Amino acid sequence: MKFKMRTILSIALAVLYIHATAQTPEALVQRVKAKLAQVNDYEAKGTMKTNVAFIKAPIATVKVYYKKPDKLRINNESGLSFIPKGSVNINLNNIFLNTAGFDMIDGGMETGTKLRIIKLLPKEENGDVVLSTLYIDTSAALVKKARTTTRENGTYELEMTYGKYAAWGLADKVIFTFNTKDYKLPKGVTFDYDDGSKKEESKTDRKKGRVEIVYSSYIINKGVADSVFR
Amino acid sequence: MWKLLQIELFKIFRRPRTYIAFGAVAAIVLLFQVGLKYDGKSYLDLILSNVDDSFEMSDDFKTRLLNGYFVCFAILNILLIQMPLLVALISGDAIAGEANMGTLRLSLTRPVSRTQYMLVKFGASVIYTLILLIWLAVLALFGSMLLFGTNTMVVFRSGGIEMMNSYDVLWRYVAAFGYAAVALTTVSSLAFLLSVFAENSIGPIIATMSIVIVLTILSEMNIPIYDHTVKPYLFTTHMVAWKGFFYVQSDGENRTIDGTIQNLPAILRSLGILFLYIILFTGAAIQVFRKKDILS
Repeated sequence: MKFKMRTILSIALAVLYIHATAQTPEALVQRVKAKLAQVNDYEAKGTMKTNVAFIKAPIATVKVYYKKPDKLRINNESGLSFIPKGSVNINLNNIFLNTAGFDMIDGGMETGTKLRIIKLLPKEENGDVVLSTLYIDTSAALVKKARTTTRENGTYELEMTYGKYAAWGLADKVIFTFNTKDYKLPKGVTFDYDDGSKKEESKTDRKKGRVEIVYSSYIINKGVADSVFR
Repeated sequence: MWKLLQIELFKIFRRPRTYIAFGAVAAIVLLFQVGLKYDGKSYLDLILSNVDDSFEMSDDFKTRLLNGYFVCFAILNILLIQMPLLVALISGDAIAGEANMGTLRLSLTRPVSRTQYMLVKFGASVIYTLILLIWLAVLALFGSMLLFGTNTMVVFRSGGIEMMNSYDVLWRYVAAFGYAAVALTTVSSLAFLLSVFAENSIGPIIATMSIVIVLTILSEMNIPIYDHTVKPYLFTTHMVAWKGFFYVQSDGENRTIDGTIQNLPAILRSLGILFLYIILFTGAAIQVFRKKDILS
């Protein structure tokens, strides 16, 4: 009896594995897209931490608004935040907006994480996006990581952690990494006070910025006014 | 002493030229505020040109950035370099003005020591400086808060950007204005010292202005040979330390820590140096005056 159960379980797992790996990139992307398509709009509350080498910023309480097809806005409820360009991509719908315009290449499985790598190559040569790479959890149809290389604004990286809103394809935590240019203003403009402090060695790469949003709640498909995005 | 001080203050505030400084401060602050109210975004574009490639610069962002705290800092950045000149108008006139009018000898016939007389004169100049600074605070800080509202304060330095929560700003301004009072008193004491040597107030006022301008330029020069040899000893180098109250500490991930100052010991050291200058200039002025032949 024990032997039979073990055999059935092994066969079931093997079938699942074959099913998962046998899925074409298009079919897998379609599954992810279908999950994300359930969300027409949302209003999410959360906290945002900005980590850029040349900016000292407090933790912000934010509201993130999204509306199909590609409207996204991050509002700092408690003050002011520097929002990185390309942050619209923190909503994955924007990546899947025009999948027909991309060729999909199967990159196999990532070692260690068992995430399926799908590369999206734009068919149009002159577009801003040069390459998008998705790391997908095939069993849950969730994008765990994404890397988009653009012509104008360097490379964006997204890292998602899912929790109670996974069924909608919405992350509980998003880490957005982006490129920054070095910052310098002439001393003749700022008239700085030289307090003799040695420049603190930041752990952050001077050319990379990081924004981490931890969502506490989502209000999904309850309508978001267009005026929010103005 | 108190009666003497009252007389001196009465003399200062009776003169129409005393109010030139108040008018000048009001005009500069108002011009700045009106300019930023109607075209602040162009001003911000200039400052933000360094980061607009990496960050979203929406109109809403600029409106929030252009808040009362930011505007006040921008005004002080410009005005606290010019304010010493306005302070010198009164302090430079303290003794030289009496000599010019021929009332110095008469004043000294009263039963007060020369030291007391000098201390009262200097005290009156300091009170004038404080009132001028309060006037500046009311217009620049509270006026800007009223006109532009409050929000997160952003300070642009040459090598980075400091951001402070709005509830963490007001105490910094109180400290900065307190520091500015000491900085301006240093200039006041210099003008006061020079006033002892002159028979006409124009001389000490212009001499003070010239010294402050030359030393300020020297303090702001980026020539390494001066950085550790001359600059640390110039009072003008330490006069800008009020800005240190707006430089905050951060954790390992560049997150602002509320209620902190990046380098408080450096500010206190600068404050100590300014106090030393005040004691030096005022002490020298009293010493010279005590031994001086009063002929006018």
